[in-house]
Order: sequence, then C-alpha cells, then structure tokens
Amino acid sequence: MALDQRSKYLRRRIIETLNAVRRGHVGAALSLVEILRVLYDDVLHYDINNPKWPQRDRCILSKGHGCLALYVVLVDKGFFAQEELWKFCESDGILGGHPEIKVPGVEASTGSLGHGFPIGVGFALNAKYEKVDYRTFVVIGDGECNEGSIWEAAMCASKHRLDNLIVIVDHNQYQSYGPTCGVLNLEPFAEKWKAFGFAVEEVDGHDVGAMRSVLGRVPLQANKPTVIICHTLKGKGIRCTEGNLKWHHKSGISDEEIQQLYEALEVS
Amino acid sequence: MRKMCLEMVYELAQKDERVFFIGSDLGVGTLQKFKNEMPERFFMEGISEANIIGMAAGLAMEGKIPYVNTIATFLTRRCFEQVVVDLGLHNLNVRLLGNGGGLVYAPLGPTHEAIDDLAILRTIPNMTVIAPCDANEMHRAMLQTLDYQGPIYLRVAKGNDPIVSRDDIAFKIGKALLMSPGSDALILTTGTTLRMGLEASAILKKRGLEVGVVHVPTIKPLDKRTLLECMEKIPIVVTIEEHSVIGGLGGAVAEIMAEANFSSAKYFKRVGIPDVFPDQYGSQASLMEYFGITTENVVSIIHRFNQSEKSQQIFEQEFVK
Repeated sequence: MALDQRSKYLRRRIIETLNAVRRGHVGAALSLVEILRVLYDDVLHYDINNPKWPQRDRCILSKGHGCLALYVVLVDKGFFAQEELWKFCESDGILGGHPEIKVPGVEASTGSLGHGFPIGVGFALNAKYEKVDYRTFVVIGDGECNEGSIWEAAMCASKHRLDNLIVIVDHNQYQSYGPTCGVLNLEPFAEKWKAFGFAVEEVDGHDVGAMRSVLGRVPLQANKPTVIICHTLKGKGIRCTEGNLKWHHKSGISDEEIQQLYEALEVS
Repeated sequence: MRKMCLEMVYELAQKDERVFFIGSDLGVGTLQKFKNEMPERFFMEGISEANIIGMAAGLAMEGKIPYVNTIATFLTRRCFEQVVVDLGLHNLNVRLLGNGGGLVYAPLGPTHEAIDDLAILRTIPNMTVIAPCDANEMHRAMLQTLDYQGPIYLRVAKGNDPIVSRDDIAFKIGKALLMSPGSDALILTTGTTLRMGLEASAILKKRGLEVGVVHVPTIKPLDKRTLLECMEKIPIVVTIEEHSVIGGLGGAVAEIMAEANFSSAKYFKRVGIPDVFPDQYGSQASLMEYFGITTENVVSIIHRFNQSEKSQQIFEQEFVK
C-alpha cells in the first residue's frame, strides 16, 4: 500500500534521527508507524500539557524496541522537544533504545518483551475498579508473542472481561533471527486469540483508513478484550529495509546508507 | 507468622482502599473473609507469576498497593525479571509476601526451598527486603508497609514460631535492633534465627561470656550505621540465617565489614546453608541441623574463636569429636 504524505513525513523524521545517532531498531519502527500514527492522531484521548491526566487513554508500547516510531510521533504531538531526537541513546538525552517512563507520554518502561501487556491488564483492571472509562491500548510485536507472559496476560484479561483493553499486534512476520513462522510458529494466530477469549479483527496495518475504521469501533465486543492483528511489513516504506533483517537493529549506519534511506522513501 | 501476615492484609485493606490482594493459586479458603467483604480488591490469578507481577505493577502505577502472595521460590526465582523491571525499575509500591522462606518446605524438596530469596532480591535497586522473626514482628512490619515508598519483599516463615521479638524495642523498616549488648562476641540474626541467637547468648552468659545479639529484620536497606557501631569493638561476629551463606545476611554483613577498616582484626563466621541444593527431605528442623544452623553450632563457633582458656577447654571437651 502506497504511503501518504504524513506517513512519509513520520518516516523522514525517523531517518533524521538515525542520521543524528546512526543506530536503532529500524525495521521494527517502520512497521509500526501507521499503528502509532492512527492511535495518536485519531483514537487516543490525551493532553500533552498534562501527560498524567487521569482520564487519558493509556498506551503502552510493549514492543519497546520500536521506540523510534513512538518518539517521532510524541515529538510531532508536542510531548517533548524535537532536539531530544538528536540525542537518542546519548548520555545527555532522555530517549534510550527502549522507552522509559521519564519520557513524557511513555506509560511504562519496556524493552524486555512480554512486560507491557500484563502491566496493561493492571491499568484496565484499575479502570474497572474505579468505574472510569479510560481505555488501555497495548502494542505488542508478533515475535513478542513467543513469550509465555503474553498468553498468561491474555487468559487474565479474558477472565476479567476487560473490554477496556485493546491489544494491537504489529504482525510484521519477522523477528531478529528470521521469519516468525520459522523461529517459533504462531499460527493459527487469530484462532489462538479467539481461543483465549478475545474479540479479534485483522487489518492491513499500513492502511490508515482501515485502521481508523477498526480502531474507531473498539471494543469490538462487550465483555471481551479486543485484539487487532495488524498485518504489516517489517521495514515498511523504504525498499532496502523492507523484509531485510539486516535492518532489524543496525548500528554504524553510514552517510551513504542514510542517503539511500531518504531516496528510497521518496519513491515508495 | 503466615496467618498474621494474611490477617494484616485483611486489616490493612479494611482501613485503606488502596490495598489489593493478588494470589496465584493459594490454598482453598485463603483470605475468604477478604474475598467475601471486598471481592473487588481480591484476585486469585492462577499459576502465572509473570503476569501477576505485571498486573500488580499496573495497579500500583494507578495508585494502588497490591500485596502479592505465593510460595517464595515462585515469587522470586520464577518471575525475577518482572520483579526487577516492573517493580524495581518503576519503584512501585507492591508488597511481595513470600511463603515458606528458607527451609520451611523441606519435605517438598529443592524446588520449594527458598534458600536464595534474600540474596537475589537484595540485588534489585529500590527493593526493600524484610525477614521478620515471629508473628509479632510481622505485625509491626506490615503496619509500616502502607506508607513506604518502593517495592517490599517480606519473607514469611512457617507459623507457630516462638515469639522472641520484644514490644519495647521499636521496629522500623531499615533498622537493625539491638536485642542485648555484649563485649565478647556479637551474633547477628535475621528472620526466625533470632531465637537461636538469643539462646546461644543465654548459654554463653552462664559460661561467663557476654555475647550481644543484634537482630536484622531488614536485610535491605541494611542498617550499616548500627551494625558497624555494634561491631566496632567486638572481636567475634557470627551471622545466622536460614539461607545460603552467599548474598544474604552473612554476605551483606561481610560486604560492609570488608570496607569498614576496623582498627583491629575480627573473627567472622557465616552460619547458613552452604553453596549446595538441599539433598535431603525430612523436616525444616532436621535440615537446619543438617546444615549446622543451630544454637549449638553458634555456641561452638564462639567458643572456638574466644581466646580465653576456659572457652578453649569447653570447645575441646564439647565440640571436638
């Protein structure tokens, strides 16, 4: 699916950050852009002047290594100054290779996979207990679904009928070593979530209109947690990074490679 | 102690709506009164410790104080990374209640024996680690868990442990408690080993030795100031713990002693479980004896190190087989 100007703009910001620091989980960030864009543009309720506003929707990037996409979206929304991007992973910056709660707009420190979802269960249980209507969105990766804690949390969310909890899977089909189907096969993936008691919908995770539509209808079903399986492409939008595991995490990115990223983005 | 611990969770929940209880798969009827009266704050979430810790973290981030209870090995070893990242890194007010600290579950074997809980939790920044000696001290400790910043691990002993703590010595999280002074030797205890420390001190007193006892219910943060003050002029220091000699009370005390640069040398001995997995079943008491965590062994060690003629004679007569 062709990218619109805003999707290209956000990816350009990711490349600008890479240009400054020359490292990062590139593929995992690029597959996430539309998911985070739609969440922060169209779905989440928040107040950039009061990031801890009690009524805000909570959003946890459980696949914390995709943080470059989150950071550019949070800057775009005004949570913190863009200068922080140029200090990504630097000793005087607040932005690390995985998001931490010291960053305005970040709800939980993540990075070790399988942690954000159980924390989201706690958020959602609290909302039920307090009878408040904030929603909790947890963005997880498909490789992250190798973790047993994901399925422990899924059972728990289902048991408590957490229809205020929406799990979004960035199903880009790849993890560090190779295709998810080869490393640890998740299929039948949607059926698994159904069996765990979730209301399930699958969507093209780069189709902004379709994403808006489905995320505008959550929860999909009363008394059930929702999972949206977003079919995405690792490295989406830049030909040389798409499905290319060399870009899962890359350091020492050269001037030439930065130039290639910019050029490939323009023709995508 | 376990009964007191859970009763306190109920009491605290009655007076403070921030208190939640999360168990894994505890015995039938556990905290039934809590469940009946405050069902919306009672959770029994199954054998899923990783999720439980994360869930507790989420609730704590929302201002709640979850008390999480299961068998100590599962609460420490199984979900160690969740405890580190979700609770430690976020510095959250979650209280971990670890059943069967030490050798309580001797008949059930090494998977259930928490011989390393104090050591592994002590490595986590922001974590507080407490091992009360009896039900009364558990009561005092639990009262202080409501308004205390950061995660706390409370080691829960078997139950029906003799009451050896004293009402007139104020318990405070982070404080070592001087139970009795003495200039010939100093015994440092944690958890239920206070009983042995007091017994050893009484036996040695009859034999003319003044042996002090300092109880260290809070292993972390360690009350370095009190401990160093008490140890300064004492020639013999013995630690007793129902725990591996690596990284628990003995390890923590050894660390501060090594950096203390005392003016005179000291004899120092850690009494605890050596660096092995328990290879016998039996009872808690029989395993304690097997590993030499006994009053008799403490008495023997102090006699051995004490340079008086009388002590040396006693040591030769009573302890050299």
